[in-house]
Amino acid sequence: METRTAFHKRLREIQDDVLALGSMVSKATLRSVEALKNRDLGLARQVVADDKKVNQKRFDIEEKCVQLIATQQPMASDLRIIVAVLNIITEMERIGDHAEGIARIAILIGDEPPLKPLIDIPRMAEQAVDMLRRTLDAFVNRDAATARKISAEDDTVDQLYDQVFRELLTFMAEDPRTITRATRLIWVAHNLERSADRVTNICERVVFVVTGKMEEIGASKY
Amino acid sequence: MNINITVPENNTRPAEKCVTKLMVEQINLYYGSFQALRDITLDIPSCAITAIIGPSGCGKSSLLRLFNRMNDLIHGARVEGNIELDGIPVYDSKIDVVELRKRVGMVFQKPNPFPMSVFENVAYGPRRHGVKGRGRLDEIVEQSLHQAALWDEVKDKLGQSGLALSGGQQQRLCIARVLAVEPEVILMDEPCSALDPVATLRIEDLMRSLAEDYTIIIVTHNMQQAARVSDTAAFMMMEPDRAGVLVEYGPTAQLFTNPRDKRTEDYITGRFG
Repeated sequence: METRTAFHKRLREIQDDVLALGSMVSKATLRSVEALKNRDLGLARQVVADDKKVNQKRFDIEEKCVQLIATQQPMASDLRIIVAVLNIITEMERIGDHAEGIARIAILIGDEPPLKPLIDIPRMAEQAVDMLRRTLDAFVNRDAATARKISAEDDTVDQLYDQVFRELLTFMAEDPRTITRATRLIWVAHNLERSADRVTNICERVVFVVTGKMEEIGASKY
Repeated sequence: MNINITVPENNTRPAEKCVTKLMVEQINLYYGSFQALRDITLDIPSCAITAIIGPSGCGKSSLLRLFNRMNDLIHGARVEGNIELDGIPVYDSKIDVVELRKRVGMVFQKPNPFPMSVFENVAYGPRRHGVKGRGRLDEIVEQSLHQAALWDEVKDKLGQSGLALSGGQQQRLCIARVLAVEPEVILMDEPCSALDPVATLRIEDLMRSLAEDYTIIIVTHNMQQAARVSDTAAFMMMEPDRAGVLVEYGPTAQLFTNPRDKRTEDYITGRFG
């Protein structure tokens, strides 16, 4: 028979908040790339403005965790969940910052003519967001095996990053006038590559929740 | 020392039901020439569990016993100041103390079932208050045992002695006995100190569900218990002449994460006491 229903209810609410934060930063990532692709400055500004909400949500969750630690003496898996949440929300807040960074680059680029159609960069964003969504599912399901598998998928994002990098390098080598625009796109790709890395950090936390072990899984080549 | 009464995070009761249930104003309590409490002022909200914590001898139980005038039973006890229950002075000479104790029930440190059956333990109070008829009593007993989260465990042994139950069950029986007379406030004096950790957590869970309908005030030595279970917490300590004073009173989460008074901080972090 469950003996700590009130505490466990609050713990579940925190978990729901984590999912909500995940959805906020996923949306921000996709919208930042969409803004870049469509030269939609309004949308880019929206992403920048919304980052404040992401930061606030992270602080709210952190405060709830601190209160639970201070008042409820969480033990064993309950304690691991709270410790994991504190790390996961930090990683997601940073993913939000990467999205904001992309939106700022989109604003910087403004309505300059596109260097090339964006193919791989949106792919990187979709891949990173998809990894994050499935990682949070694995967190909720306490599924370490899936978390390990997702972590390995970071290689795909790294390969896309390589591809984007090489391609833009070619542009710059052929025509130095493209250097400014190409460099900015490299920053965008770099932001996305970092976001996917942060998802792998979240995967490590999922493994920790399940196994109690802190281990590095799938170190990124960057 | 007053706090803003807001619906605590733990609670689902609507805000409009959240009012000052007990008002304590400038209370001084003496046992003969010894001053046990000095200048205690606080408002206890209806929508919450209020915990009173502090080192041994700081007057926690003395304060608790003021709310249903249990101190009247102690020879030489003298109270100055004012306590109001729903705006009515508790220490007014016209107050019917029996009626007051019906409205303000109490659960003690050690489970103390009467040496009679489970059923009779719960039916005792309502009977004394004039409830008649087996049907009505059956109803009250079942409902009270349900509320005390004990029904499923004792429904087949209502005729057995209350003393035959486990410690945790006995304490829940005592809670059912209090609930049977339909109190508004439940005072709990170290209700879990005689129980094992799991029985303790079950009582705490029960307290949380009771907090939806009752005002609960708990005195506990166990700081972690106060942190786990309460919405508002009062920290008391002794002055050099051993009189108990109220040091800090506020939302539990704040008291345990960021207390305002250095003495509270020192006590809850184990730096004194």
